[in-house]
Amino acid sequence: MNENLQHRIRAQLLKVLHFATLFVAMAIICVPGLWVVLNSFRPTVEIMAKPPVWIPGELNLDNYRAMFGAVGEGGVPVLQYFTNSLIISVSSTLIAILVGMAGGYAFARYRFKGKTAVFIGLMLTRAVPGVSLSLPLFIVMAKTGLIDTHLGLILVYVALNVPFTIWLIDGFFRQVPIDLAEAAEIDGCTRWQAFWKVEFPVARAGVASAGIFAFLTSWNEYALASQLTRSTFSKTMPVGLRDFTSEFTINWGGMCALAVLMIIPALILTFLVQKHLIAGLTFGGVKG
Amino acid sequence: MAQVLLQNVVKKYGSMQVVHGIDLEIEDNEFVVLVGPSGCGKSTTLRMIAGLEAISEGDISIGDRIVNDLPPRHRNISMVFQNYALYPHMSVRENLGFSLKIAKRPQEEIDKAVDEAAQILSLSEYMDRKPGALSGGQRQRVAMGRAIVRHPEVFLFDEPLSNLDAKLRTQMRTEIKKLHQKVKSTIVYVTHDQVEAMTLADRIVIMRDGYIEQVGTPLEVFESPANTFVATFIGSPPMNLLEGQILGSNIALDGGPVVEIPSTVKAKVSEGQKVILGFRADNLMPVGHSMPMEGEFAEFEMTVNLSEPLGTETLLFGSLAGKEVQAKMLNPRPVKNGERLQFTLDLTRCHLFDAQTQQSLR
Repeated sequence: MNENLQHRIRAQLLKVLHFATLFVAMAIICVPGLWVVLNSFRPTVEIMAKPPVWIPGELNLDNYRAMFGAVGEGGVPVLQYFTNSLIISVSSTLIAILVGMAGGYAFARYRFKGKTAVFIGLMLTRAVPGVSLSLPLFIVMAKTGLIDTHLGLILVYVALNVPFTIWLIDGFFRQVPIDLAEAAEIDGCTRWQAFWKVEFPVARAGVASAGIFAFLTSWNEYALASQLTRSTFSKTMPVGLRDFTSEFTINWGGMCALAVLMIIPALILTFLVQKHLIAGLTFGGVKG
Repeated sequence: MAQVLLQNVVKKYGSMQVVHGIDLEIEDNEFVVLVGPSGCGKSTTLRMIAGLEAISEGDISIGDRIVNDLPPRHRNISMVFQNYALYPHMSVRENLGFSLKIAKRPQEEIDKAVDEAAQILSLSEYMDRKPGALSGGQRQRVAMGRAIVRHPEVFLFDEPLSNLDAKLRTQMRTEIKKLHQKVKSTIVYVTHDQVEAMTLADRIVIMRDGYIEQVGTPLEVFESPANTFVATFIGSPPMNLLEGQILGSNIALDGGPVVEIPSTVKAKVSEGQKVILGFRADNLMPVGHSMPMEGEFAEFEMTVNLSEPLGTETLLFGSLAGKEVQAKMLNPRPVKNGERLQFTLDLTRCHLFDAQTQQSLR
């Protein structure tokens, strides 16, 4: 009996420890984000206070009001940046998904010469840090006149995302038994129909998760965008954050407000597809 | 309803040839089973008939059309896959109706055909479930239902029962046989299980290493196997094979007893020829526990190493001419390991094969 009690207490203690550890880990991950959200509602004095003020004394929407206000009064062209970000992220994601599907399917289903080499080559491109490409990209874009355009950034993001979407989607199509497509062909489908009516719907979760990853990469990317865009007509939201820095001061509150606006769409999207996302990571990730 | 004709069909993967020019004629409404060990080319042959594999040489015709280069959808065939290949994102109803929907048939006709198939295979209760929510046997039936909905000219089955447990397999075997009687269609069926082959087939095609070894009705291949491979592959337990040599009017088994040459093959052997004597367990029985034997037989003693009682009969394992042989004991009594018994061998039912070519001398 005594022994049983001991074990029960130990199990309870472990459980408490477990939750405590989880809480600390989550806190480390979440606090910066929450801090951004909190600061977006606070005056600069409180943000900059030392020691930090954890419990806000005053919450208001001043930072948001100023951000949407006139240019001279701390306003930034938020809607324009948002539109730019949306156009660039959505179109680069769509293209990356289409290319990724074609490529992933080819790698999963067909045998061809140099398949492994091409695949490894694609994966190696992911080993190159994006920033190191900024100067060459800048020169290429400048020469081709694509600098400071939506198209230029879209092309860069497609190139950035395609290896990853191919890898992820390849993993998914590998999990779809080849018999399914064969059964569909025997049932009267053309190769094309068999893909769209059977293989694609079965692997849809994978394509969706690849899409989310591609979208988030484009949506959040800063380093390259800061080099390749300069005017209001092409700047994305992360680049727009720099509008809050001036020669001597940084408007932290405004920056946080814009950051919150940036986070919201990504958050909504992630919630919408989180089921696919998790399935995607565990399911597609098994094969490499 | 159509006959299927294979003429000199060859399949090569690069320089590796896996099917070596096979000829086969499958009659209208016939149930033909392709059987053989794994890697013998039976599935490849089936897939070539289906159009899922291109043929390297030769001709395949279905009905009176040569279909060599036609894609599967133009061959008017149905296929049941080993792992069923049901569309996981569709309900049973959608799975069954898929082929008709692709063919753009009117909805009424689709519903009618689907309901009919569901009726035949007693699937009506599960129509709105996804394949994931079905048991193995039910999935198997959906796969068959999907095949019959189209009323194809030829049904192809690729080891359809190998994923089922033993009991269900026997049950589905009967259902397939019934299905054949109901839908009256040509069926080509691939399996590695000789019992399935024997029970289902009108004719069995036994394949090995990309060649056809023998074609015949189940009884033909059982009773007159063309070579030692067929002899050991068909029938359970496999046929006993003992090597020996012709000496005068006898066969001297290597290191074993001497038996008379059965009169059925006497004219086909020559003095000194190396031969293989084959007989099934049913033809080697202990004296007093055997069928009444007429005609020629041989008697000799043998030590029993192991016995497997099966109830109505007991399988006896002994060693004869340096090889393990299996015998059968009718009206069994308990046999001790190491017991020496007198056996009779029914010579009229023995098979003689040439040791060199392994071909039957009958």
